[in-house]
Formats: sequence, C-alpha cells, structure tokens
Amino acid sequence: MARTALRGRLSWLVAEVVELIDETPRVRSVVFDVPGWTGHLPGQHVDIRLTAEDGYQAQRSYSIAAPEDGDRVVITVERVDEGEVSPFLVEDLMVGDRIELRGPIGGYFVWEPGSGQPVQLLAGGSGIAPLMAMIRAAAASPGPESIRLLSSARTEDDLIYRKELDSLAERDSRLDITYTLTRGHGPGWKGQVGRVDRVMLERFAWPPEVEPSCYVCGPTGFVETVASILVDLGHPPDRVRTERFGPSGGHP
Amino acid sequence: MSFVTRGFRGRRRDEGPEGRVPPGQYVTADFPVLSAGPTPRIPFDDWELTVRDRDGIEVAWTWDEFQELPTERVTVDIHCVTKWSKLDTTWEGVSLDVLLADFDTESGYALVRSYGDYTTNLPLADLTGGKAWVAYAYDDEPLAPEHGGPARLLVPHLYFWKSAKWVKEVVLVDRDTPGFWERYGYHNYGDPWREQRYAGD
Repeated sequence: MARTALRGRLSWLVAEVVELIDETPRVRSVVFDVPGWTGHLPGQHVDIRLTAEDGYQAQRSYSIAAPEDGDRVVITVERVDEGEVSPFLVEDLMVGDRIELRGPIGGYFVWEPGSGQPVQLLAGGSGIAPLMAMIRAAAASPGPESIRLLSSARTEDDLIYRKELDSLAERDSRLDITYTLTRGHGPGWKGQVGRVDRVMLERFAWPPEVEPSCYVCGPTGFVETVASILVDLGHPPDRVRTERFGPSGGHP
Repeated sequence: MSFVTRGFRGRRRDEGPEGRVPPGQYVTADFPVLSAGPTPRIPFDDWELTVRDRDGIEVAWTWDEFQELPTERVTVDIHCVTKWSKLDTTWEGVSLDVLLADFDTESGYALVRSYGDYTTNLPLADLTGGKAWVAYAYDDEPLAPEHGGPARLLVPHLYFWKSAKWVKEVVLVDRDTPGFWERYGYHNYGDPWREQRYAGD
C-alpha cells in the first residue's frame, strides 16, 4: 500500500476519549475523537503518547480495531499487569480525557475489501484487534470475500468482541468463526479446546488451494507456531502476514 | 505540542540509566520478536552470504567459510522502533569491515536482502568503521531463528529494523533505494537519538 508511504510527516494529534467499552475483565476498547485524522486501512496501528505533570512521557503502539470512520479511532487494550501504559488505559482513563496520538502506521499488515480472495484470520488473545478492523470493514462492504477467523483465548471470559462476532456471523454467511480455549472451559462450551495446531488448521482454516490471504496476530509463541504450520501446509510465505506482540506486551 | 494527560504518572522504572535510552523508548528485559511474515528456516548447508558491488564483483561465503572469518564479541544497546530498548546485549559476529575489505566502498549505499526477501537500506558509512556486524550468536548461544538465525545484520546505532534478520546479501549501490519498511512509511535512516521513526520525523 503506497498510501502510507506517500503521506507527509505524521504529526501528533490531540485525541479525546469519547467512549470506553469493557470487552473482557482485562481488556477495554477506547474510542477517540481525533480532529485532523486522515484515515487508515484495516490492520494499521497508532502510536499514543502520555505526558505526566512533570513532563515525563511514555509512548506505545496499539492496533486500530475498527475501519476508517471520519475522526473516530478505536483501540483495544489488554491490561499487562507489570505494564506502564496499559493499566492506565484500561483502569484510569475516563471519557473526556485527552492524550496524544499519531498514525496511521504500518502498511504491510493491512487488508481492504475488494480483492475477491478468501481471507484467513488467526488471532491469539488480544491479537484479534487489527483483525477485527478487517472483519468490520468486510461486514460493511458488499464484497464477495469469505473470511474465516480462528480465535484463540485462555477462557470464555477472555474472548474479545464475542457478542459482535457471533451476531455478525449469524447474519453474514461470508464470515465463519471458530473459537478455541486454551485454559479450560465450562460444561456448555461448544467451541474447540486447546492451542491452535495442525489438525485444527486443517479442519477450520482455508486450505492453500483456495489461495487465501492469511493474517496472524498474537503473542510471539502463537504467531511463530501458527505461521510455521501454515507454511508447512503449503501456504506461500508471502501470503502469510504476521504481527507479533513481544512478551513484554509491546506491540506490534 | 505536548500536554498533560489527567492522572498519568508513569512507573518510570523502565526509564533506564541516564544517557542510554533514546527519547520515546522504554527499557525491557525481554527480547520481543517482530517480523512481517513467517520465520524462514535456513539449513546451514544451504546458507550463503553474498556481498556484491556496482561493478558486479561478488564474494560469497558458505556457513563454514563464514565461521573461518575473524569474529568479534560486542556488547551493545539495541532500540526497536516499536518503543522497546534492550541494554547490554551481547553478540558474536563478523564485522562488516571484514566482509567489505576487498570492495571498493565508494558506493554511497547498501541494500541488504534477507532470506524471505525482507530488505533494508543504509548509507555504507553506517556499515563500516566498526559499527556493524553479521551476528550469529546472541548471549553466547547460536542465534535463534525467530531472532534472525542463522545470522542477522547488527547495526545497533540505528533502529533495529535496519538490523535485517536472516541476512543473505549486501549489495553496494550508488543510489539509495528504500527497503521494506522504508517503503511503508518508516524513516529512511532511523536514528533513535533523533527519534526518526517515520518518514518526515
């Protein structure tokens, strides 16, 4: 996507919190109003900057969780207990607060409706955020793309965007969702159990023959495992795009 | 312009020693992995490193030949554009001064290409003069594939995307050509001390 590269300097913009959505006990989405925002592609991310009263600053990167919508930018933040920024964003931030933000950043891990090719999305934990921007963009477009999502979380309570995803899948036959839980499940659980492995990918992911574009996002271990299996199954490496979170919760 | 975000104090224990951490960075003890695609697996038997210049002169080393070259052990700080810095990382590798010894280094730039086709561009002056290595060991262990093994470029004075993982060839060129991330809007040079993260910074 040349679009990002062609833009001029990425200036810091003032972003005001207009809505906070508790997604899971540890995850919160923050909706910002960002006057001057120039738009973005699903999959891109932003840098945010927080400044303390004495001038101390901290910067972090977060994926944008929703497609372009005027001055509205949504990020989804998982609380990293030892983190410096995420506990503040998840617990302390209030509607009306202002931070600084710049972007969009990144132009490789992006997807736009229109290619016609099937899409395979693979999410580990909060790695679903940039993939959700793709799903929401697809749902809002008339395109023919069939999207399969394989989403892995620790427990049922940790599944992010579940209600919205289930309701999208219910009324949109182009979207197919498989959940898997890695740390236990209740008696009524109807999804998959255990980490994503070769068997699960063979059963629930698009096969290489249909030439899907694959997007894998999550913690390093998840991405390393899943991307390697996809290549072993015959997906060309250049059709497997990845975004990894460091173990420190650093992102992307 | 900067302004205070209500209620933000920061934990600050990630600030690191003074003068060691560039602006906008925090110190981590982890070694995060960031790559745009699957990790390529390159058997040592198939591995080759090539240096080529504008006149078509080419030198290639097999893994065994590469191991014969004089090595250095360096301890350096590294800085990733995604904001983490890691202090006192120890590497073993071959200095680019050794690899470029037989080349006319009047070309202004280098384009570095990896297995898996990642590319990055640097001024040649940033690869010479004891500032850059092709590293094959980290923390006294063989370099893990997800960190760029068998061997990666190590250019610690620039943001770490310039330190191409799975390095395969270094091409000396007269004209600067943007590499992979540089084409996607990241800064063409990437000096962490001037916070050159993105084009125009």
